[in-house]
Parts: sequence; C-alpha cells; structure tokens
Amino acid sequence: MSSATDTAETAGTADTPGARSATPAAPSPGADAAQARRGGGEGRIGLRANLRHIGALARRNALQIKQDPESMMDALLMPIIFTLLFVYVFGGAIGGDGGGSRDQYVQYLIPGMMGMMGMSIAMAVGTGINEDFRKGVMDRFRAMPISRSSVLVAKSVVEVGRMLVAIVVLLIVGFLVGFDVNGHWLGMLASIGLTALFGASLLWIFILLGLTMRTAQAVQGVSFIVLMPLQFGSSVFVPTDTMPGWLEAFTHVNPLTHVADSARGLMLGEGAVAGPVMWTVVWAVGLTLVTAPMAISMFRKKT
Amino acid sequence: MTRQKTTANAVEVRGLVKHFGETRAVDGIDLDVREGTVMGVLGPNGAGKTTLVRILSTLLQPDAGQATVAGYDVVRQPRELRRTIGLTGQYASVDEKLSGWENLYMIGRLLDLPRLQSRRRADEMLERFSLTEAARRPVSKYSGGMRRRLDLAASMIGRPRVLYLDEPTTGLDPRTRNEVWDEVQNIVADGNTVLLTTQYMEEAERLASELTVIDRGKIIAEGRVPELKAKVGGRTLEIRPQRAAELHQLVGALAQAGLDGVGGATASEETGVVSVPIVSDEQLTAVVGLLGERGFGIADIATHLPSLDEVFLALTGQKATHEDETAYVDEKEEVAA
Ligand SMILES: Nc1ncnc2c1ncn2[C@@H]1O[C@H](COP(=O)(O)OP(=O)(O)OP(=O)(O)O)[C@@H](O)[C@H]1O
Ligand SMILES: [Mg+2]
Repeated sequence: MSSATDTAETAGTADTPGARSATPAAPSPGADAAQARRGGGEGRIGLRANLRHIGALARRNALQIKQDPESMMDALLMPIIFTLLFVYVFGGAIGGDGGGSRDQYVQYLIPGMMGMMGMSIAMAVGTGINEDFRKGVMDRFRAMPISRSSVLVAKSVVEVGRMLVAIVVLLIVGFLVGFDVNGHWLGMLASIGLTALFGASLLWIFILLGLTMRTAQAVQGVSFIVLMPLQFGSSVFVPTDTMPGWLEAFTHVNPLTHVADSARGLMLGEGAVAGPVMWTVVWAVGLTLVTAPMAISMFRKKT
Repeated sequence: MTRQKTTANAVEVRGLVKHFGETRAVDGIDLDVREGTVMGVLGPNGAGKTTLVRILSTLLQPDAGQATVAGYDVVRQPRELRRTIGLTGQYASVDEKLSGWENLYMIGRLLDLPRLQSRRRADEMLERFSLTEAARRPVSKYSGGMRRRLDLAASMIGRPRVLYLDEPTTGLDPRTRNEVWDEVQNIVADGNTVLLTTQYMEEAERLASELTVIDRGKIIAEGRVPELKAKVGGRTLEIRPQRAAELHQLVGALAQAGLDGVGGATASEETGVVSVPIVSDEQLTAVVGLLGERGFGIADIATHLPSLDEVFLALTGQKATHEDETAYVDEKEEVAA
C-alpha cells in the first residue's frame, strides 16, 4: 500500500506543469536540491507513520458514525429486510411446495446474500466521500505531513468494518430463520473474510464514482443502476440454470456469482469450492489493483 | 524539535504569481519574513491575502515565481515544507462531527506525537483557548468564535516553526481576541515565525514587527510598523460636545492653545464630532485638560487608530478597491453550504 502511495505522491507533485516550468533556478543550498532529486529525504512518510495516520483517520471516521448513528442503519436493517423479504415472500414459491422447500431456500439464500451485502455497503462510500472532500477539514489534512491516500484508506478500513457488521447481522437473522452451517464454522469464517476482501475491492470503484460525480445524489443514482443488474443477474437469489443462455453467460462472468458460490461451497460443503474462491480472489485483487491507484490519484487532483 | 536549517528568512517569496482566469489574485509579490518575527499582511477584501497563504502552505500551486518556507520550496518540497508549518485558514477546517478534544487528539496523532503526548497537548490547548468546558461537545454545536479558537489551537498543536494565520481574530470578542494575541506572542517568543493577515490596524500594530500592505495582488507599501505609521498618521481623538453649537468654538480653542496636532482639528456638522490628530500622549493629556478648563460639556470622547480604509487613503491616495467583494461573498457561501 505504502509504496503505491509514495509513487502517487511523487507523480502528483511533478505533474504541475505551469509551476515547474516557471520556477527559476533555485537559490536553495545544494543539500536541499540533492534531497529534492532523491524525492524524499526527511519529507518521506514511512510505513509505520502511514499506518499511524490511517489509524488516527479511521478513528475519526468511526467517531463520525458514533455521532451520526443513522449512518449505520443500512448495515443493520438491509440484511434483516432482505432476508425476511426473500425467505417469506419468495421462499415458498422458489423452492416449490411445502415448508421444507422454504428451509432449503434459506440454505441457498443466506450464503448468496453475503457478497450482496458487501456490494450494497460499498455503494454508500461513494456518497460519503463526495460529501467529505468538500469539507474544510480536507484543507487541514492537505497542509499536513501525511500521505493523502491515508484519508481514503482510513475510510475504506471503516467501511469494511461496516460490511462485517452487515454480514454478521445477516448470519444472525439467517440462523433465526433456520440457516444451518452443519458445523462448517471455519468455512463460515473463511467466507466472511473472502466477502470482506471482495467488498473492499468494490469500495475503490465507488470511491472513484464518488469523486467523479458532482453531487451525492448523482452518485446514488448511478450506483443503483449498476447494482441492480449485478445483484439479480447472478446466483445470489436463484440458481442460474433456468435463465436464458445469454443471461446465464453473464452470470458466469459476474463476480457476485463467484462470491455466492464460494460462500455456499465453504459454508455448506456443497458444490465446487476451489474454482469460485479463485475467481473471487482474482476479481478482488484485479479490481483493487486497477481502481485503487486511479481513485487515489483522482483524490489528489480533486482535493 | 530539531532545527537543521538556519536561514535568516523563514519565508522568502520572489515574483509570485497566481491567476484565476482573468483575476490576478497574486500578481508578482516579493516578501521576506525574518525568522522569529511576525509579518503582518494587510489588505482589503480580494487583495490576495488568502491566495498568498494558500500557496505558502502548498494548498495552491503558483503560476510563476518562487517561494521557500524554512528553506523548502513550495513546489518541489511540499512534504518537507508541511512538516514545518501550521495553518489557520480563513475558513474553519476542523471536523464538525468530532468533539473539540477529538479533533485536537487526531491532529496530534497525525503529527506523529505519541498517544500520551497527543492527549496532553489536546487538553493543554483546549485550556489555553478557554474551550475546556466544551471539549467533549461536537464542533457542530460550537459558536463561530469557539470554532475559530479550536482552529487556532489545531494549528498550534505541533509547535510549528512557521505559523500562518489568515484573519485569525475576525469574529472574536475582545477577550478571546486578547487570548489569541497572547498566544501568538508566546509562539514568537519561542523563536517561531508568524505570517498574519488581517483587516485590523490594531492587530497589526500589536503583533507585527513588519507590515506588508497589498491590494489587487500587488504590494503597495511595506516596512516596519513605526515607519508605516508615520506615513499613515497615528491616533485620532474624537470629541462629541454636548451642544452642537460648540463644535466650532472647540476647534478654535484647540487651535489657540496649539493642541490641534499636525493636520489641524476638524469639525463635522454631520456627525457632531471634532477630530484631533494625536501625535503624543502629552498632547492627548493637554487636550483633555483644556476641555475641563474651558468648561466644554462632553457627550463622548474616544481615540481611534486609522481604519484600513484610511491607511489605504494615506498610502495610495485612493480608496481601497472592493470590486471583487461580490465574487468573494459567493465563494464564502459556497464554503458554508
Ligand atoms: N478558487 C478561486 N477561483 C477563482 N477566483 C478566486 C479563487 N480564490 C480566490 N479568487 C479570487 O482571487 C482574488 C483574491 O482572493 P483572496 O481570497 O486571496 O483575497 P483576500 O485578500 O483573502 O480577501 P478577503 O479579505 O476577503 O479574505 C479575489 O478576486 C477572488 O475572487
Ligand atoms: Mg482571505
């Protein structure tokens, strides 16, 4: 993380064309110039300092939630509402007839919805960032000897925490309506970890969106349009084999399908595990590698 | 705090330029601030004060020219530079949702102070700025003046070598204004440097050893405070007689006694006030004595320093330009929204 950060910082400083070309030869002592060429010296922010800054900023984001508890509503209510809605409205119909099929649907649905929770919580970060970077406190951070990316990383850390809350609530509600992991507790933990990893990679996309759009409302609108097809065009709610061929093909590419399938494999001991887990990790790492540097460099430009 | 570099000037600015479209916010400014002193930057709305401060704190990139702070170049060494500065911007830059204490503690941690020390510094700074009682309340519930004080405390947590204060006491009551001034004087007594922008002559006189007066992005006067004061003129005594009919008698009596200062006393029928330029405390005492001797009934009497407008009038022979005021107000509203 830190090395990517430092590169972005150096690049950001260098790409200010007007200022650079217009600056006459510096009369500063030779030591200074040498230090500037090395691109760091005493100005460099080490890994430990970076982690400390991220900690302090994450504490800030967590305290903001404490001050504004409504912002946790989505993480607490969404898993409850979705579980009850799908289990009791669709459960009977989807599974066929009889109460037994509803229980079967619970087994299918709960692992599937884990990835969806990650995605829905990630969506909220876009609006948050959009509001946050307009605030005056950003000016203070910018004039301080901290890496600017730490502001974003801290936000992500807290958002992953919110995701974990949503996933735990989902599992609790799931257990209450009859979900059973049949002793696959380790699988459940692995699955929670995998979902958080996937959710964390999505955060960067929504951060990017939040930085691009002008208003928080626009961010919300666009996010919603992207989210719906991804959530329903996957194996989250129903098996994909009844879908038409083109749609089924889409579900195989859709990362949410891989996340859902790997959760089922890990928590229920049913179906393939290695394949979906591998694809989930590939998606998560790939998305992070592509979008995190983009988000960080855009954040540097915007703020 | 280690001082690795010793330069006579804490801040050096050469030919600095910043344009916003057609607006020449900073238009070729040269400025030296000697280490361990307070430089006052005076100017009307839209003069370019905030723009200058923002460039010097790496928040804006200059279009041309050069500036170094503590020997570090604002463009090429922003990270080193940020370690040496503290900034209280014109607009509050604290987190509204956090309490005052949490804001200060966070900044201590971001400045790499250990936990315990961050805690102590937060308590100490809240105490110094009379915010101890409000320490645990969220900043969104603070008054404007309290926010301002918290902002000042936040910029001083790390004992910066160079401190920028952009109109630090605008909107503060007289008592807290004095607290802020005392605090600035402490900082300078410790050997640090302060660059202060202000609209108040009184503040500039009290704190700054040197002044730079800017208008429309250009320097129109600079020098040590007594020199500028000599140019601008000192205090004025304003006397409001109880009976308006005595206005001119009063002026006559002062002229007779040779107590009407350099420019002569003037009476204004409109305001019912006699203005007397005051050159010394002795003259002031004598004028007050004369009023009693001659039995003039006095409704009101006060001395006042020249306002910024009067300074401009004296320095440039023209009124300060306020043409950008509307644009400025818009900007302020946007920040508030
Ligand atoms: N971000 C910006 N975009 C466009 N114009 C700007 C911007 N910031 C400042 N200006 C313009 O630059 C000029 C100088 O503004 P600046 O804020 O530096 O003045 P100031 O001396 O601080 O004024 P005040 O006393 O009102 O705070 C003004 O004309 C202002 O409208
Ligand atoms: Mg200003």
